[in-house]
Amino acid sequence: MTMPQQFSETLGRPMQPYSEDLDVRVTDSSLRDGSHAKRHQFTLEHVTDIVAALDDAGVPVIEVTHGDGLGGSSFNYGFSHTPELDLIRAAVKTAKRAKIAFLMLPGLGTKDDIRAAQDAGGAICRIATHCTEADVSVQHFGLARELDLETVGFLMMSHSTSPENLARQARIMADAGCQCVYVVDSAGALIMEQTSDRVAALVAELGDDAQVGFHGHENLGLGVANSVLAYRAGARQMDGSTRRFGAGAGNTPVEGFVAVASKMGIRTGVDVRKIIDAAEDVVRPAMDGECLLDRLSLTMGYAGVYSSFLKHADRLAQRYDVSGAELLIRAGERKLVGGQEDQLIDIALEIVAEKVL
Amino acid sequence: MSKATAAIVGSGNIGTDLLAKLLRSEAIEPRWMVGVDPDSEGLAIARKAGLEASHEGVDWLLAQSEKPDLVFEATSAYVYRENSPRYAEAGIRAVDLTPAAIGPYVVPAANLDEHLDAADLNLVTCGGQATIPIVHAISAVVPVRYAEIVSSVSSKSAGPGTRNNIDEFTRTTARGLEVVGGAERGKAIIILNPADPPPLMRNTVFCAIPEDADRDAIGEAITRRVAEVAEYVPGYRAREPQFDDPSDVNGGMARVAVFLEVEGAGDYFPAYAGNLDIMTAAAVRVGEVLATRIPTGARA
Repeated sequence: MTMPQQFSETLGRPMQPYSEDLDVRVTDSSLRDGSHAKRHQFTLEHVTDIVAALDDAGVPVIEVTHGDGLGGSSFNYGFSHTPELDLIRAAVKTAKRAKIAFLMLPGLGTKDDIRAAQDAGGAICRIATHCTEADVSVQHFGLARELDLETVGFLMMSHSTSPENLARQARIMADAGCQCVYVVDSAGALIMEQTSDRVAALVAELGDDAQVGFHGHENLGLGVANSVLAYRAGARQMDGSTRRFGAGAGNTPVEGFVAVASKMGIRTGVDVRKIIDAAEDVVRPAMDGECLLDRLSLTMGYAGVYSSFLKHADRLAQRYDVSGAELLIRAGERKLVGGQEDQLIDIALEIVAEKVL
Repeated sequence: MSKATAAIVGSGNIGTDLLAKLLRSEAIEPRWMVGVDPDSEGLAIARKAGLEASHEGVDWLLAQSEKPDLVFEATSAYVYRENSPRYAEAGIRAVDLTPAAIGPYVVPAANLDEHLDAADLNLVTCGGQATIPIVHAISAVVPVRYAEIVSSVSSKSAGPGTRNNIDEFTRTTARGLEVVGGAERGKAIIILNPADPPPLMRNTVFCAIPEDADRDAIGEAITRRVAEVAEYVPGYRAREPQFDDPSDVNGGMARVAVFLEVEGAGDYFPAYAGNLDIMTAAAVRVGEVLATRIPTGARA
């Protein structure tokens, strides 16, 4: 069947598919973003089981790292059960077709971590910064390209700045060697056109210099819908996590996006029936619980709070006998960015001190 | 008592903030300020304050008939690597605020006594100045297998030097936690936060401690050390230390966590830039201690 030529609704010019075979390339992040939900306790068995199932279903890219990226194993974010380089090696060994990606955040990971992840077999280097701080990633993109790694840039908390600002930051990454810049909805706070406006701004800025991607969360229940709008606005790489296995209310469910895409005639290369089975039979059993749109997750989407704060807020609420929702609301008021998990303890202590008064 | 004379090399933000602090010092007289930009605001401020100032760099400084007792280097690691041997040749002691780390790491409230005779003392990083004293205090009470710090600074206070070399910050700070702080292994994390109004610099120190450690003794050591740092960084404060038993997410280690806030003195930088203030405040402290040791006969 021949596909109708697609036009970007916002730009009115023909949009390129991802490649000859795919309209959009899906990256599954359950073994990276899911690390938050799992409190970083992934084992080699979890990785081999999940990679085997996703690979068999035709998922082209699978991301494997500590939830906070290379070097994330720490007091601040939670120590890994199994060293992430061992997890990456296991994924590389298991995957027959899928490429293995890894994440790194400048300020936490370093160039040495990128080299080590490549030595472990990682093929795609994804570098994340807060959406207004792209210039801290310049040296890392430079190195990744020098090492011949494929590169992806993550502009985290994209809801917190304007489409125009975001496009300027995307330009910094692209000029540094980033081949695809993602609008990353870390807080699951973007609503419909807020997503497509940002993607369109990046597409307009980057043109042929770099692709655009979208990474959605479910904290307002809009992961799949936002992803479809992102696609229509020109995003050609799409993140999700099978069974929503991720931070906060979880990520865009890969099986959900793939099913919708299939019905819309958008080619993902992923087998719908197989990914639905993988979600139920393989990924779900590896999870401690479903990723739900519950009180804390919805609060995060509503207050624009970084999704990986969820488990920390949950734990601190018990440790200090304070309201988890109150913790997250204050995290939003303090305008905390990704990585400031330590400040949640500071907020808990602040709430405790107020109670005593 | 006569003051030691000093030159500030580098007329950017750090050098200019340092000037404001040195003008208040009872032990140091800033006499010269050197930059490379004739239109530098810092040089104009220095002239107004009565210093001899030049945009002709270190060449000009070293050509003066009178040499400073101390030089404060606020350029860049690259420039300092070129300048350092020239100061040594001229017999001038240097306090290095760049990440060049040619001389030993020095943190006033931790190890200054150990390096009073060094020709050149390096101030690690802003995150190091804020957190190493605490790790040093804890490791004086119990062995610290692992120390980790998280430094959050406002985006506005992070210049291109930090942004282009963020790996250097994490590596140098981690090394400082080990070499000066006394931790067996160190890790440093830096976060830039663009919130407006800009938030104060905040630092969290996590140390692994033995399960049966005397927590009261650790808590007292931390409280004392916070007060010692606050003597030269008035805006340095901490919350009550938090102790946690071992758990999975803590890697099976018991830990103490210390939450620090650094409000700047508001000299040349606004108060939120505690990260810059703590560097210049530490530099003044180091300079003042060195000044008391310069033989009076050597002074002009």
